[in-house]
Amino acid sequence: VDRFRTRYHPGHLLQDGLRIRWTQCSGKVRWGKCSYTNICTSVYIIHKYLLFIYIYILLFRCLVVYPWTQRYFGNFGNLYNAAAIIGNPKVAAHGAVVLHGLDKAVKNMDNIKETYAELSVLHSEKLHVDPDNFRLLADCLTIVVASRLGTGFTADVQAAFQKFLAVVGAALRKQYH
Amino acid sequence: MSLSAKDKNAIKGFWDKIAPEAENIGADALARMLVVYPQTKTYFSHWQDLSPGSAPVRKHGKTVMSGVAEAVSKIDDLTNGLLTLSELHAFQLRVDPANFKILSHNLLVVLAIQFPSDFTPEVHVAMDKFLSAVALALSEKYR
Repeated sequence: VDRFRTRYHPGHLLQDGLRIRWTQCSGKVRWGKCSYTNICTSVYIIHKYLLFIYIYILLFRCLVVYPWTQRYFGNFGNLYNAAAIIGNPKVAAHGAVVLHGLDKAVKNMDNIKETYAELSVLHSEKLHVDPDNFRLLADCLTIVVASRLGTGFTADVQAAFQKFLAVVGAALRKQYH
Repeated sequence: MSLSAKDKNAIKGFWDKIAPEAENIGADALARMLVVYPQTKTYFSHWQDLSPGSAPVRKHGKTVMSGVAEAVSKIDDLTNGLLTLSELHAFQLRVDPANFKILSHNLLVVLAIQFPSDFTPEVHVAMDKFLSAVALALSEKYR
């Protein structure tokens, strides 16, 4: 966790001479009024919690709260109720896959569209995922992170985090046609 | 996606726990909505101060939550129970119904923050269904 803190602390980035423009992205997305600190904070949050939530929470909550998403996990075995979902090891493993995908976006924040080009084709051509699910997963992740962070998840951090997830969703949607 | 008996029990039980904090929940959810979804600010151009914690935001959060409280009490027939509120939103306020979903999401975020242990996946799905049902009932009179 400490490793992530030093990597993403705003001061540290500046010292390295990296000029990451937090107010503008290489695509047509602008981070706009989201301040540098807030995006760094939300990036740190994502990394800090990758270690802790990926095993259990995000996918479980999505499969319970939006049961129709189970259509994509036909070979996962027993998903009949919340207890079965929470105990299912394939769900835990897949939660990790999804969150490592998000990690890629975090590491390439100026270039998410290109980073996700192959993933977008995968979701559209092979997995046949309805893109509305990206929004559902983003909403669920926001709520899960909010419950873990409590009042630290201020309105500004929430705005930056949701904007990031919206960019991720748009990048995943890009190759659908 | 109608509310089952199990959902209604979960909602009523959870509401009893959160009711004392209703004002704070409403104010926080509204504040978050105005920050995270800036397009919602268009409905409040008559307020002087739209920042989190300001007086108009707090007051309006309280108003919104009293509406939610009314919905909880009329949970068995939301469409008829919320007719007056629906008329208000449709004819006077003219709020685009897409915004009901936005406010619902922010309410869920605030509930997750303030009641992390009570906001279990079962309560989460029940509250999500309830707020969607309330939004539907509020949209009743639009056209």
